[in-house]
Amino acid sequence: MNGLFSIAPLIIAAPFAGMLVNIAFGRRLMPNKDSIGPGLVASSMAGVSFLVALLMFVALLGSPQGADVPVLTWIDIQGGDISLNIPWTLKVDTLSSVMMLVVSGVGTVIHVYAIGYMHGDIDEKAYLRGLHGEEALDFKRRRYVKFFTFFNLFLGSMLILVTGNNYLMMFVGWELVGLCSYLLIGFWFDSPEANESGKIVGVLNSEAGKKAFIVNRVGDFGMLLALMLIFWTFGTLKFDDVFARAAAAAPTTPIPLGPFTPALGAVVTVITLLLLLGATGKSAQIPLFVWLPDAMAGPTPVSALIHAATMVTAGVYMIARSNVLYAMAPVSGMTVAVIGGLTAFVSGTIAVAQFDIKRVLAYSTISQLGFMFAAVGLGGYIAGIFHLATHAFFKALLFLSAGSVMHGMEHGHHAMAEGEHGGGGGDEGHPFDPQDMRQMGGLHKHMKTTTWVYIVGALALSGIPPLAGFWSKDEILLEASLNSTLVYVLLGAATFFTALYMGRQIFMVFFGSERSEAARHAHESPPLMTTPLIVLAVLAIIGGLMNLPFGGFNQLGHWLERSVVNAHTGSFNIDVSITSTVLGLLAIGISYLLYGRKPLEEGQRDPLSTTGPVFTFLNHKWYWDELYDALFVRPFNRLSEFLANTIDWAFWHDFVHDGIIAQFVEGSSRSLRRVQTGYVRNYALAVLLGVVAILVYLVVRFLV
Amino acid sequence: MSFGTVLFLILALIAVVSAVGMLTSTNAVHAALFLVTNFVCIALFYLGLNAPFLAMVQITIYTGAIMVLFLFVIMLLGAAQVSLRSTLRWHGPLAVVLVLMLIGVAGVMAFSPAVNNNLTSPLALQEASTAFGSPQAVGEVLFSNYLLPFQMVGILLLVAMIGAVVLTREAKKPTRQPGPEESSPAGE
Amino acid sequence: MEEIAFLVPTSYYIILSGVLFAIGVAGVLLRRNAILLLMSVELMLNSANLAFAAFSRTFLDVGGQVFVFFVITVAAAEVAVGLALIVTIFHTKRSIDIDELHAMEG
Repeated sequence: MNGLFSIAPLIIAAPFAGMLVNIAFGRRLMPNKDSIGPGLVASSMAGVSFLVALLMFVALLGSPQGADVPVLTWIDIQGGDISLNIPWTLKVDTLSSVMMLVVSGVGTVIHVYAIGYMHGDIDEKAYLRGLHGEEALDFKRRRYVKFFTFFNLFLGSMLILVTGNNYLMMFVGWELVGLCSYLLIGFWFDSPEANESGKIVGVLNSEAGKKAFIVNRVGDFGMLLALMLIFWTFGTLKFDDVFARAAAAAPTTPIPLGPFTPALGAVVTVITLLLLLGATGKSAQIPLFVWLPDAMAGPTPVSALIHAATMVTAGVYMIARSNVLYAMAPVSGMTVAVIGGLTAFVSGTIAVAQFDIKRVLAYSTISQLGFMFAAVGLGGYIAGIFHLATHAFFKALLFLSAGSVMHGMEHGHHAMAEGEHGGGGGDEGHPFDPQDMRQMGGLHKHMKTTTWVYIVGALALSGIPPLAGFWSKDEILLEASLNSTLVYVLLGAATFFTALYMGRQIFMVFFGSERSEAARHAHESPPLMTTPLIVLAVLAIIGGLMNLPFGGFNQLGHWLERSVVNAHTGSFNIDVSITSTVLGLLAIGISYLLYGRKPLEEGQRDPLSTTGPVFTFLNHKWYWDELYDALFVRPFNRLSEFLANTIDWAFWHDFVHDGIIAQFVEGSSRSLRRVQTGYVRNYALAVLLGVVAILVYLVVRFLV
Repeated sequence: MSFGTVLFLILALIAVVSAVGMLTSTNAVHAALFLVTNFVCIALFYLGLNAPFLAMVQITIYTGAIMVLFLFVIMLLGAAQVSLRSTLRWHGPLAVVLVLMLIGVAGVMAFSPAVNNNLTSPLALQEASTAFGSPQAVGEVLFSNYLLPFQMVGILLLVAMIGAVVLTREAKKPTRQPGPEESSPAGE
Repeated sequence: MEEIAFLVPTSYYIILSGVLFAIGVAGVLLRRNAILLLMSVELMLNSANLAFAAFSRTFLDVGGQVFVFFVITVAAAEVAVGLALIVTIFHTKRSIDIDELHAMEG
């Protein structure tokens, strides 16, 4: 084993160390309003993780078969014929190394960005709450430290998820990132202004956090069942052993599961479908995608890191990791692909009709995750992981740029409010919302860097050559065109809508005339925020070099082939490429016609709204929330009310307890109380009675 | 019947009669004097059981200190005359029945053939050295094996003494109510 | 001491102890006067002491005598507190009739 592998545990230890340092000393690291101590600690620890990930990469170049690095004895239960032995072991192979690099690399960049962004964000919130001086400083200290504590915790958890060498460790990471997601979505849980500022976000931040957590619970339930079934079937949870045992047996082998003995193939199909349920929760696919748009209530770095680049891709990673199982269950694979295609299409159409800059990106993320699902479902594991990596670059870029835009808008709002000296906000009619694209426009005049990197990200996302998104998306489309016409058509349509909503967004946000005072006073964000944007923009441009589909350039494919057994490198099909590029350019052209040629004026309605009910339907997200509300939430509430009011109160409390038990107790105690005469001599007599009884018993027992 | 047995029976008779006298006496002072008689008998039994140290302790502490304390309290309270009448129905007869059963059980246990042989054979058969039960022997055991309990009993006595003092102390200031002028003496 | 030893079987002492104890119990149960009640308790303790001393002699173990010593000490403490209680009760109720103290009835 290469000696370098032995430092692998550091990759997880570093973020956790950063978290502990921030918990213990974070507030002391912030002596004044502008200090960035906690952010520096967190970012440098993320940097250490990235460094270790790079070293792992180097080590893998030397010994590409990878290594299992044992860290701790974790679960060690010796049973009769079956034993559960799961040590805490890190798996360093080419697949996990790609994930490590993406997670820690993008994570580091976003950590650095958050140093600057959270300063502005917390100041804004303190301002909105009317906090000043020492109060504001204390508020800032607490929130700033809290943010980076959670952020480090997330990074560590995500790295546990991708480095575990068994399903249980993956599940631990899976749950931990879910927890961090919940904590960070609800970061402004006590936000008093969340409701009143007229945000499109329909739910309070804490509600959004709960929604994410509960929806994920549905998925995690499937995941947990899958884990149990895996252990029941294969007697182990370790990836290598599970896959080896699955591959060794014929699909028709009967598996004894309690009273049933289904064939191995059927069991694996059930396992993979249950895993898919878990993946749809974490990776926001139909039917469990509804939480992700609301998750945008969290601070923007959170949306970028957790809800675009890393955590939501966990499902893709998990399916790629379980490729042996999915290869054995073609039904499950096809289900994954169709779900991915449908999700990509549905959320792509929804994104076109949204006005909140982050919501558009959220639906775009769901749509792109659908692409990845379609790829891994059809067996294109390399295409899926490739798109995962490039998407992490450009979607993080887009989110962070959107954050920069919001940052600029908020500053513009402040500058304007202070300039007028209490003359009231400029937008008396409609409340200020830094995320509403209808209040933006013309920002390229004020935010040059942000505009350029945003355009780069948008083009990469739209799949315009030669940017990163083109290559990865093309590979997915190629897989689809070869394997499933249905998925291919869905993905093609999704490609069109992707370019359409990105074009719409660019023209609405950055071009035309300013549609609010805040936009007129907006200015560029500090270099601490724009530098990460430039880094990510460069990655979004050159990211495709990882896996060019020509000759010797498909490095990622060869790299992954060593750990993904069923991987096959993609080829290049000029027809598919031309189709997708033409679709993208066409959509951008349409968006120019609609939004670019004649820019929106202040208060003007969206040109697409002329489509009437179609636009309303899309704007209301296909009424998914309403459907779930009617299907699950309200019946569940009614059931809860029935159980609470009728069963618990009326039956158990009023009837059983108050009626039967209380009556009995009251009646019996009414007569038993006479025993307590209050005369000490009576009590003494009772004691003597007992003594004599015991003595008589002893005499009879032993002497007679 | 040997002299020792006769002596035992006479003393036992005195002890029981004095105990019953205490039980039935209507005058508390008489009851206390009956009890003193009983305690003296028991002291004499201790002498016969090779326990001279206990005999001395019995005389000095019980008859000397405790019973004097009793008499003192009787005098203090002027409660010499006491009634024998009971107010509780069923209580008296049931108590008598149970007490008789207790005596019966004690008798069965003491003379049952199943019990240890040692108990039914005369004590003379167990040869005792002259040192057994002497104050020196008891003291050595008391201050070596039983040193910790000895100290604890000392503390117990101290606590009891303080408790008695606290209980009988005259409440000089009956339940202080903090009045408005009391709560702010500085304002005066 | 041998010359005045009562060389009767231990059982005699036990039965005497039992009788005295029973009389003590009867006193506790039948007398209403708190002082007499306390005296009866003393009688019960003494009967137990007698049994201790007898067994100590039977098994030639001086530990029994040490126990008697402890019992006497504890009895002294008990009497001190008990009489103090009686005095206090007398001060408040002007009576030491144990039957008048039944405020704790159910």
